[in-house]
Amino acid sequence: MSSRTTDAPVTPAPATPASAGVAGVTGAVEAALGTVRDPELDEPITTLGFVASCTVSAGGRAQVRLRLPTYFCAPNFAFLMVADAYDAVSAVPGVAAAEVILDDHFAADAINAGVAARAGFVASFDGEAAAELDELRAMFLRKAVLAGTDLVCRPLAVLGRRPAELAAMTLGDIPPSPELARLKRRRADLGLPSGDGTPLLIDPATGAPVAPDAIGLHLRRASLTRTGIEANTSICSGMLRSRYPHAVPAQPTPPALLTPPATVIPP
Amino acid sequence: MRDAILAASPQVYTYPHRRVRPRTGLEEGDLYTKDGEKYFIVDSHMHYWNAAPSNWVPGAEQYAKGWIECFHAYQSLGPAETHWPIEKFMAYTEDDLMKDVFEDGHVDVAIFQPTYLKEWYAEGFNTTERNAALGDKHPGMFIANTRFDPRDGDNGLDELRRNVERYGSKGVKLYTAEWNNGSRGYKLSDPATYRFLEKAQQLGIKNIHVHKGPTIWPLDKDAFDVSDVDHAATDFPGLNFIVEHVGLPRIEDFCFMATQEPNVYAGLSVVIGGLMHARPKFFAKVMGELLFWVGEDKMTFGSDYGIWEPKWQIEGFIDWDYPSDEFSDFPRVTTATKKKILGLNAAKLYDIEVPAEFLVPAQAGAPAAKDDAALVTGT
Repeated sequence: MSSRTTDAPVTPAPATPASAGVAGVTGAVEAALGTVRDPELDEPITTLGFVASCTVSAGGRAQVRLRLPTYFCAPNFAFLMVADAYDAVSAVPGVAAAEVILDDHFAADAINAGVAARAGFVASFDGEAAAELDELRAMFLRKAVLAGTDLVCRPLAVLGRRPAELAAMTLGDIPPSPELARLKRRRADLGLPSGDGTPLLIDPATGAPVAPDAIGLHLRRASLTRTGIEANTSICSGMLRSRYPHAVPAQPTPPALLTPPATVIPP
Repeated sequence: MRDAILAASPQVYTYPHRRVRPRTGLEEGDLYTKDGEKYFIVDSHMHYWNAAPSNWVPGAEQYAKGWIECFHAYQSLGPAETHWPIEKFMAYTEDDLMKDVFEDGHVDVAIFQPTYLKEWYAEGFNTTERNAALGDKHPGMFIANTRFDPRDGDNGLDELRRNVERYGSKGVKLYTAEWNNGSRGYKLSDPATYRFLEKAQQLGIKNIHVHKGPTIWPLDKDAFDVSDVDHAATDFPGLNFIVEHVGLPRIEDFCFMATQEPNVYAGLSVVIGGLMHARPKFFAKVMGELLFWVGEDKMTFGSDYGIWEPKWQIEGFIDWDYPSDEFSDFPRVTTATKKKILGLNAAKLYDIEVPAEFLVPAQAGAPAAKDDAALVTGT
């Protein structure tokens, strides 16, 4: 997978010299995993509790085991997370070989073998898939931009900013916050305008400013998108806790934007 | 009180294809009254399944087991005192169901939604026949929906006709993600599906319950896309499309689609069961959004029994309101809102006759959400 979009860590993972010990490499691998997100929940797999274990041998062989909330979590998202984790771990200096294993999933064998062989999604599901997953990933980035817009705009609205005022603001007008930084990163990931001089409200598909008569609907839709993502996250984290009761924090509440796996199966 | 109603109107409610006699043997307390308000409750989405190991298809045991364990995990999102051991969950009995749904659960009419999954479960997971056999033992209490699968071709059309004739079904449950002879799913907008929708409509089917859930094939398509419902709802204006689980995990796509289609409804199974207890704040946000985008006239309660018992869901929802002022820009929730969602909306969809004392005045309740949009989002 080539199009991994990640949250750069606040401090980039240290460029670990080969002489650094196993502990240093392990720390760097864990930091690298923290840049891998569930594409639908827009949250790192580490805070979601999806990383079951992470070990590095003296020879630099890294092994990561991943787990998901259900046996039937959607295989396309599962594939993206396993492949992204493989890419992130492989890139860590000091890692001589990487192995990422998805456990307890109906398609685990196909996904694990496909990622290990660098085969891509289509080849991994021979005859069952017709295209790679880049467009799927982009769709969820657009959702993340919308949800992130609500996160940034809602506090401003509480302070009395009218929708028309919000539409006149640029990213540079907004006080710095983690939510703002995240919104800028998501926009940049999509190739959308993300500089300080660009409008706060843009169409996440085209990057065009939102037309005045569409502002109300745009904000309403941003709120709805955030709610949907948050609801998914809450259900998925509950399912994960049920499946792995001792392995997940009681309230795995990531900062700001909450979001669980898209991957649940409603009955 | 129920006795008085029954005496006054011996045909308390009638189903479209068969006259049923009123229930008997029920105590006054079965009729749910809270704060002087009477609620007629239709559980529009529930099951009577058999997922016992003896019903697992040899060679597919891991899927059959994975499926029921996944369902069981959902139950953990309800109150702890309502959790069941996995053994009971795999194969609850008729007595369990009658007690949980009717005796304790306040439900007046329950609608069976079948789920076949015959690639994994030898007799099927929850078939029309199994449901209807239970319904026949308890006249007037159940409606047996059926199903179809467009990949079954002409044989499937024949089976649909036979089921409608035999069981009087007015609705179907479609499981678009179901596996079938190597195919791992289909879309409502497929030409083969349109053929079945046309036939269903000819046969008198009114309500298409669509499960939007685990889609495994085609793997690279968006697994939870609801755009196929959009197409079908536009092309079949005479049918109602109830999207069960409100398109979760894609609630936003569902809402935006539903607001444009007058014949699309929000099935609340999983919303109440999965969020109201476990995540009350998110539940409030989701309900607020649904009331805004879809509106209280197009939302239907379903317990999803045996995943969750209806009692705590119904009692909790009747007592529910937004938890804080933070939700002031969502439509208000009134007693009429709850009466509609808990039963009156589904009663309309299924032509269930509801005694007058349970109805809400036509003018009661908030208008559908669209008119509020300007107020909420005005620029």
